[in-house]
Amino acid sequence: MSRPSVEQVWQWLDGVPDPEIPVISLVDLGIIRDIAWTQDTLQVTVTPTYSGCPATTLINRDIEAALRARGIEKLKLVRRLSPAWTTDWLSEKGRRRLEEYGIAPPQPSGSPARCPRCGSDRLEKISQFGSTPCKAQWRCLGCLEPFEHFKCI
Amino acid sequence: MTREEALFQFLLRLGDNTLVLGQRVSEWCGHAPVLEEDIALANTALDLIGQTQLWLNLAGEVEGKGRDADKLAFLRDVWDFRNLLLVELPNGDFGRTMMRQFLFDAWQSVLLGRLMNSAEPRVAEIAEKAGKEVAYHVERSSGTVVGLGDGTEESHARMQAALDYLWPYVGEMFAPDEVDEEMARAGIAPDPAGLREEYDALVGRVLDEATLRVPEGRFFHRGGKNGARHTEHLGHMLTQMQWLQRAYPGASW
Repeated sequence: MSRPSVEQVWQWLDGVPDPEIPVISLVDLGIIRDIAWTQDTLQVTVTPTYSGCPATTLINRDIEAALRARGIEKLKLVRRLSPAWTTDWLSEKGRRRLEEYGIAPPQPSGSPARCPRCGSDRLEKISQFGSTPCKAQWRCLGCLEPFEHFKCI
Repeated sequence: MTREEALFQFLLRLGDNTLVLGQRVSEWCGHAPVLEEDIALANTALDLIGQTQLWLNLAGEVEGKGRDADKLAFLRDVWDFRNLLLVELPNGDFGRTMMRQFLFDAWQSVLLGRLMNSAEPRVAEIAEKAGKEVAYHVERSSGTVVGLGDGTEESHARMQAALDYLWPYVGEMFAPDEVDEEMARAGIAPDPAGLREEYDALVGRVLDEATLRVPEGRFFHRGGKNGARHTEHLGHMLTQMQWLQRAYPGASW
């Protein structure tokens, strides 16, 4: 097969969902740092979100499966720690989809801007952690629904 | 001691601190006073174990004998562990667990801040990654210490008792030995004694707000970071943590 372009590979990976928050892609999450060809080997550079995130192994497996399915034979996954992942790398599309899904996207202030369900800005923090390492639990004082906030780091 | 040997020991200290504390904190899983705290403790433990993988894999790489993080974690015995005595102490009640977490988080946040400028780039990049997680941990543990310290009569008394019990284990963080001297000479890590001022300022501010009093006395327990004299608690913890690999060597899933 002919070598697919790097842009094409970015597009393919934008179709691979995050295993824990499947409404956003790995590209939306900002963890794919680089895609490059070295002769006939495709090198994909990935950074972990949290050092202990159990999804990291699964993510590497999903990347590999997606690219193998597209006919990539020689593939190398490289881990990059620095610069450390930040929620600033979340795409605009990813932020929108998080909110539609009911997860408040990260804000520079560290607190969610509004309730993802009713839009109220009267909110309280329930816990600094949530169902995954990347989220915290909040509650809306308007509609009283609890919701998750994507932690800002 | 060569520089490589000192670096190996130094990395074991970093990795064993997070490993042993991660294991201790995970003992709370399913037992915390409320669900939110249970989840928070489990997530904190997860971050610590993740950091352990980074530190101990690097330690194994530096040692060059084919040991990775798993081998170092599961196949060493008590005397080869290099963690501070503080982190191996039993959890006690929730208050003591959170006080220990705060005393450790505060130290780790100061240390990692300095390690980000390490002359060893592999140390600097792990410090950068772990530092972000630890900044979040210290925010939570300091908030809990203030909430419980400046809380009810009962919670205040328990937090003061926790601080009195744990404080004599803080001094070991700042006591340099030949490993630290070699790391400081190489520009890989700061002299531990040089972290004390920043630590005392941070801890003092939080304990003040928590209406808690730092115990008097300069005595401190030592023997964890050089492995010379661990407490009896570490061995008991390892029997649980290492049981599977000891009973079924090489088992994996």
